[in-house]
Amino acid sequence: MNALLEIRNLKVTFPTARGPVDVVKGLSLTLGRERLGIVGESGSGKSMTGRSILRLIRSPGQVTADEMTFNGTDLLSLSEKQMRSIRGARISMVMQDPKFSLNPVMTIGDQIAEALLTHQKLGRSDIRNRTLAMLEAVRINDPERVLGLYPHEVSGGMGQRVMIAMMLIPEPDLLIADEPTSALDVSVQAQVLEIIDDLVKRKGMGLILISHDLDLVSAYCDRILVMRSGEVVEECDAGELKNAKHPYTRGLLASIPRIDESRDELPVLERTGAST
Amino acid sequence: MNALAIDNLDISYGDSKVTHGIGFEVAEGESFALVGESGSGKTTVLKAIAGMAKSWTGSISVFGEPRTHGIDRAFAKQCQMVFQDPYGSLHPRKTVDATLSEPLTIHGIGNSGERVDEVMQSVGLDRRFRFRFPHQLSGGQRQRVAIARALILKPRMLLLDEPTSALDVSVQAEILNLLKRLRREQGLTYLMVTHNLPVVSFLCDRLAVMRHGRVVEVASVDQLKHGALVDPYSRELTSFSASLPKT
Repeated sequence: MNALLEIRNLKVTFPTARGPVDVVKGLSLTLGRERLGIVGESGSGKSMTGRSILRLIRSPGQVTADEMTFNGTDLLSLSEKQMRSIRGARISMVMQDPKFSLNPVMTIGDQIAEALLTHQKLGRSDIRNRTLAMLEAVRINDPERVLGLYPHEVSGGMGQRVMIAMMLIPEPDLLIADEPTSALDVSVQAQVLEIIDDLVKRKGMGLILISHDLDLVSAYCDRILVMRSGEVVEECDAGELKNAKHPYTRGLLASIPRIDESRDELPVLERTGAST
Repeated sequence: MNALAIDNLDISYGDSKVTHGIGFEVAEGESFALVGESGSGKTTVLKAIAGMAKSWTGSISVFGEPRTHGIDRAFAKQCQMVFQDPYGSLHPRKTVDATLSEPLTIHGIGNSGERVDEVMQSVGLDRRFRFRFPHQLSGGQRQRVAIARALILKPRMLLLDEPTSALDVSVQAEILNLLKRLRREQGLTYLMVTHNLPVVSFLCDRLAVMRHGRVVEVASVDQLKHGALVDPYSRELTSFSASLPKT
């Protein structure tokens, strides 16, 4: 398999009053043009992993790795300027909440166009056409109207679709989606994930889907990493999640109530001192 | 006697009417859920009952007493609310002890020391947390404090607004177990707002499905578990929860 992204021994460290704390402790992964899910609870380091791929971890946070290559380029040795030409254009990231990730004082059309213009020079009508086509691709019905709206004038689901449009318009090779739907209603969630899924498949991109929702990740990914306090505790094919072996994964799965719930009490994970 | 009876309730924020002719009853000791998407008006109904949304017409009665449009003490003693986000609902500069004693002071109840001790024990919070601040607690512990604050006045009904949606699944399981046990031990009535149908299956007896400010269906949890909801919209909602594979 031709690896799109290769990470070996990734560590993310933050200094604290009690000495440095590793929030990601030596994570390794190889990603082809496939859909990889990273699941874990708050504080497991899953978002930090996503952010460190884009080198978005700010000082005093420290990122080290034995290897972090994207399409043969060593991400760690790039300058900040070279990194900017990768962010958005080659690897892009969809964040959790459209309310905080969109610029409130810029129209949706301008924001999507900006994502495109940052990386290539295009004529005005070209930009307009591509923006409209992209909005259609994320299933926005009347793109002409939405183009002129501000983020507060659209719903959460539409905001998130705008975010996806913005992230996908430069046609990146890898999309990192960090909890892309946890701020959305269940019915809209499915819609947004279908759109991501469809675009990822059609363009043959790689996808890293970061989420706390095991069901969701197993439905939309090929392979799953389960993280706990900075470490990968289990790696398996999405279809095999129900046969997970690690006690932590099994505990997580068991603690989720089901719609046909008949248990009187939900099993609770044993907590270690650090994770309570 | 019904713990809660709502009839023909229209709630408005300013000029816009948010709910239209809501009506349902909750029996004493029952656990009832309001489900629906954002903007369906489910939280607004809770707010009207609690006296936080003041402009409504229709009738709300709690344990046979008609509700006024504001906040009153006699009501607060009967019925308390737990909010969605324990990171936002606790005062950051008050210790657990201060947070829990405040309702007692307001209601002029003495022996607060013992009452705080007792309520902390019943929600499973260790004594050593008593003089800590919210930032020194985990999300699950904070939600326990919020539940303890609601319980300290010994109310008969709790209004629960998405009590677990801000929490991790393993912590959610702990809080759900806690709510179930408390209801069993203290004979509480729950009115819970949520969009998570499996949580309803676990904790509730009946549910009302809301859409665009209207109740479209009232059903039993058995109907929910067996996929026997009647209204097309409720069926649509359940299908989203069921569409993800069972792991």
